[in-house]
Amino acid sequence: MSEAIAVGTPKREVSVAVSAVRKRRIKVWSIRAALVVLWLASWEIAATYWIDPFYYSKPSQVWLKLVEWFTQGTSFGSIWANMLVTMEEAVGGFLLGALAGVVLGILLGRSPLLAEICAPFIKAVNAVPRIVLASLFLIWFGLGLQSKVATAFILVFFAVFFNAFQGAREVDRNLINNARILGASRVQVLTTIVVPSATSWILASLHSAFGFALIGAVVGEVVGAEQGLGLLIARSQGNFDTPGIYAGMIVITVLALVAEALLTALEKRLLKWRPPAAHTEVQI
Amino acid sequence: MTAPVIELRSATKRFRSGSGGVHTAVQSLSMTVRPGEFVAVVGPTGCGKSTTLSLVSGLEPPSEGQALVRGENVSGIPEGVGYMFQNDAVMPWRTVLDNVAAGPRFRGASKAEARKRAEIWVDKVGLGKFGGYYPHQLSGGMRKRVALAQTLVNEPEILLMDEPFSALDVQTRALMQDELLRLWSGTGAAVIFVTHDLDEAIALADKVVVMTASPATVKATFEVGLDRPRDVEEIRMTPEFQDVYREIWQSLKEEVDKTRERSSAGV
Ligand SMILES: Nc1ncnc2c1ncn2[C@@H]1O[C@H](COP(=O)(O)OP(=O)(O)OP(=O)(O)O)[C@@H](O)[C@H]1O
Ligand SMILES: [Mg+2]
Repeated sequence: MSEAIAVGTPKREVSVAVSAVRKRRIKVWSIRAALVVLWLASWEIAATYWIDPFYYSKPSQVWLKLVEWFTQGTSFGSIWANMLVTMEEAVGGFLLGALAGVVLGILLGRSPLLAEICAPFIKAVNAVPRIVLASLFLIWFGLGLQSKVATAFILVFFAVFFNAFQGAREVDRNLINNARILGASRVQVLTTIVVPSATSWILASLHSAFGFALIGAVVGEVVGAEQGLGLLIARSQGNFDTPGIYAGMIVITVLALVAEALLTALEKRLLKWRPPAAHTEVQI
Repeated sequence: MTAPVIELRSATKRFRSGSGGVHTAVQSLSMTVRPGEFVAVVGPTGCGKSTTLSLVSGLEPPSEGQALVRGENVSGIPEGVGYMFQNDAVMPWRTVLDNVAAGPRFRGASKAEARKRAEIWVDKVGLGKFGGYYPHQLSGGMRKRVALAQTLVNEPEILLMDEPFSALDVQTRALMQDELLRLWSGTGAAVIFVTHDLDEAIALADKVVVMTASPATVKATFEVGLDRPRDVEEIRMTPEFQDVYREIWQSLKEEVDKTRERSSAGV
């Protein structure tokens, strides 16, 4: 696409456009940085002079906590080991949940009979406040990896399932008919038309789904675990160690952002056939 | 006379209409198409032309009567049918080449083989330079040509075309009409070509079928005795063309007027 622009328009205009884009980006980022600095500074000052840092902590204490975790480790082994445990749980639950959600969503989306049969069950299970299942899974699967994967799974599954279902239902009939005329079997229609059509729906859900996977893993750890970021937070809470809670939150946030970036890259790759306007817009 | 390759025997198609009633789109329609024959179907808008094609293609079963292809009742999609839909049906997530290669791939050709055949057809419809483009990067006319290549790469014996060129500007349309005749000649394919444009129908076809206002049935059939090969631009100027045109227009006009009256009466 960028080639097409470069061929069609004079070089100077292109470079003007590029530098305008760069200027705007610099502006956006410097304002963002200023906002963060402002926020941290006012928190720090407020906690030093007016509010009680015992309850609210302050950025410098949180920073020291982070430094302590990364240099001396935590009370449950090195911070990296804890991050790894949480990520294993989240990624495990995410992959299994997304796979199950996609497969079942597409299956039900393409089969009205099956969808009609399953609808009340799915609605019922969806209405259960799923996060409390973490307690149940702890009893079923114990303190280890499995109970957290199960919690993450159940959260991810529903997030992905509904999107895959909707995506599979809204496939253009015309495209399906065309493929059938061109000689596609039922399976080929599914793999070459239904799945790619539903992909943009599914990918959209994967963003929030990974967030859910992390929530599932962390909540699972808060409920009961031997290691992991959720356990660190739960323990900090038990010790009235407010900076520890913030530090745990920050580490989790960073992990979530990294995963988000990876998913966005995947999405760009898979949806490169779409008109560019669709993904140059600001996405939140 | 050779046996017809396509035959509709008093075929009727009813749909459930939006308000819960029953809408008859096609009413005891009978027509035949011989191998290698080019039949154009004209009729007022909404009368049931697309529905007629869907009966032949096997996408919709008739509610009554029969649809036969090669003398056999249509059930499922018959072998050797190509169908260019009225609406865009190219896959937006595939490049031009991959779109055209889809048919051969579905029918079991190897990747390399399918690609080779696709390249030939992409070239034939004049999109050689655009093989790597995605549909959203093409003009409407170019997308129609992709659809044409996608259909023809399967070398259909029966070609159903639903207003394939109606969205094109006059020049491109004439170009595509010539192209179609060139590509079709010598293939021996039987064609049903639906159009609003009587000019187009006469310029392309051996036989023009005029349909009645909704529900569609055959009102009259006209033989077009013009010589082939034809140049669609020039043939329009000949007196023979003008004569046929006047004759068919008489018949078509009544139906078009009927449709217009009905829609202005709000029925
Ligand atoms: N799947 C369907 N369900 C319900 N009604 C339908 C369906 N397909 C077509 N119809 C109805 O059948 C009638 C004929 O439709 P059809 O598409 O065959 O018309 P057409 O002659 O191709 O019109 P146009 O020239 O505008 O393309 C219309 O009134 C339409 O509403
Ligand atoms: Mg139509």
